[in-house]
Amino acid sequence: MSPTLTDAGQAVAHPADGLATLESRRSTAETYGIPLAVLAEVTHRCPLQCPYCSNPVELDRAGSELTTGEWKKVLSELAEIGVLQIHFSGGEPTARKDLVELVQHASDVGLYSNLITSAVLLTREKLAALADAGLCHVQISFQGNEPVVADRVAGFKGHAKKLEVARWTRELELPLTVNAVMHRQNLHQLPDIIQMAVDLDADRLEVANVQYYGWALKNRAALMPTLEQLEETTRIVEDAQARLKGVLAIDYVVPDYYALRPKKCMGGWGRQFFNISPSGKILPCHAAESITGLEFESVRSNHSIAWIWQNSEAFNRYRGTSWMSEPCRSCEFREIDFGGCRCQAFALTGDAGNTDPACTLSPHHDRIFKVAAEEAAGNHSRFIYRNFAGGTPETESGT
Amino acid sequence: MPAGRNITVSEASRPKLPRHTKLKFDATRQVWVILAPERVLAPDEIAVEVLHLCDGIRSVAEMADQLAAKYAAPRDAISSDVIAMLQDLADKGFLTEAREKTP
Repeated sequence: MSPTLTDAGQAVAHPADGLATLESRRSTAETYGIPLAVLAEVTHRCPLQCPYCSNPVELDRAGSELTTGEWKKVLSELAEIGVLQIHFSGGEPTARKDLVELVQHASDVGLYSNLITSAVLLTREKLAALADAGLCHVQISFQGNEPVVADRVAGFKGHAKKLEVARWTRELELPLTVNAVMHRQNLHQLPDIIQMAVDLDADRLEVANVQYYGWALKNRAALMPTLEQLEETTRIVEDAQARLKGVLAIDYVVPDYYALRPKKCMGGWGRQFFNISPSGKILPCHAAESITGLEFESVRSNHSIAWIWQNSEAFNRYRGTSWMSEPCRSCEFREIDFGGCRCQAFALTGDAGNTDPACTLSPHHDRIFKVAAEEAAGNHSRFIYRNFAGGTPETESGT
Repeated sequence: MPAGRNITVSEASRPKLPRHTKLKFDATRQVWVILAPERVLAPDEIAVEVLHLCDGIRSVAEMADQLAAKYAAPRDAISSDVIAMLQDLADKGFLTEAREKTP
């Protein structure tokens, strides 16, 4: 008779930008229930230019974005089919002038709303309006614990503003998550970033090592940590988790190049998660458009969102285990990790149907790990900044 | 210290869910859920009953009395179960307390 709380939504910190997805214990291989939470990337526009941005290298232009009316219709439909939470993300979601209206609509249809933001475009009035519209949670990205490193990584002078917005968030009694994407050039700041999160009165800190696709893959040589750095990071995180229990929850994502087994990416392709791109495509993960040859259905098509989730070719292509080749096909872990990440398999081996090379059983693993380790030990430090032009190399004066 | 963190739940506590933690019946899956930042928790039936009693007015002691009477069960066991469940929720930051009146 003792009461229990089962975690239906084990927060799995998201690759690349540390977004958390929700893992439903009710999802099974046979029935693909509607996800508990959906990521709405309402725009790709963003004033920041982080070199590890999780958006695709080919960004959606402003002109192709769903309209206010289209997003509202999408939100209503999501609530109707059983989605419980919406993550407003981007790009920078507050670059959309209608965000308060969209949050209000999410509240009206019963969705719990999270804002995943760089914070640099917010004013106190705007944040208060979002809170009044029913916003439930704010996640702010930080690129370091002080402006010299942070503003260089972001390619934008925004660190001071982020601190200010974090304080407003708590003044408005909204829960705050600090998201810190970590890599070779800011890992030395981790103890200070943890302290910053405590000082900002954050509820949660995501320490997310960069995951290497898209923009981050372009910048891998400037970002990849060494194995020694990673081991030190893990020690620091575990120490802080114990020390700050009940004060600050810390989620930790390791870079999977240094793992023995690949991650269960997105909880398995098409099993527990989808996101909606700025132009309305329903995607199994936000990097999925990097896999050429897959067609993704749009909310602008004649199909319902539920139909696309259950029946579209892109979702079914890598669902379950029947698509697998060796070494996955006969592997005892095939339903533990579902072969890892399809986007990474495609980016590094040219075939999304291959085993994720993060797995030591992949024939590509040793070669790729060796390259990464060499890059980590190298001294390439300049970034290629993310932008609509396909990237701009950092200039000497910027370093 | 902010609401919702570093709370020690005792019989004297008068807990309630903070604004950002919502207890909701999920009509699609026919279960009660707790919605919290980027998480969904699935409380069992008894936990749901306890959470409905968390109104910031009732104390944990009163909840234990009420549940012990309703289920004709040992009060001490119920009290410790309820405190353990609420402490777990508090440690996750999903429970707050009614402010004590300052004398």
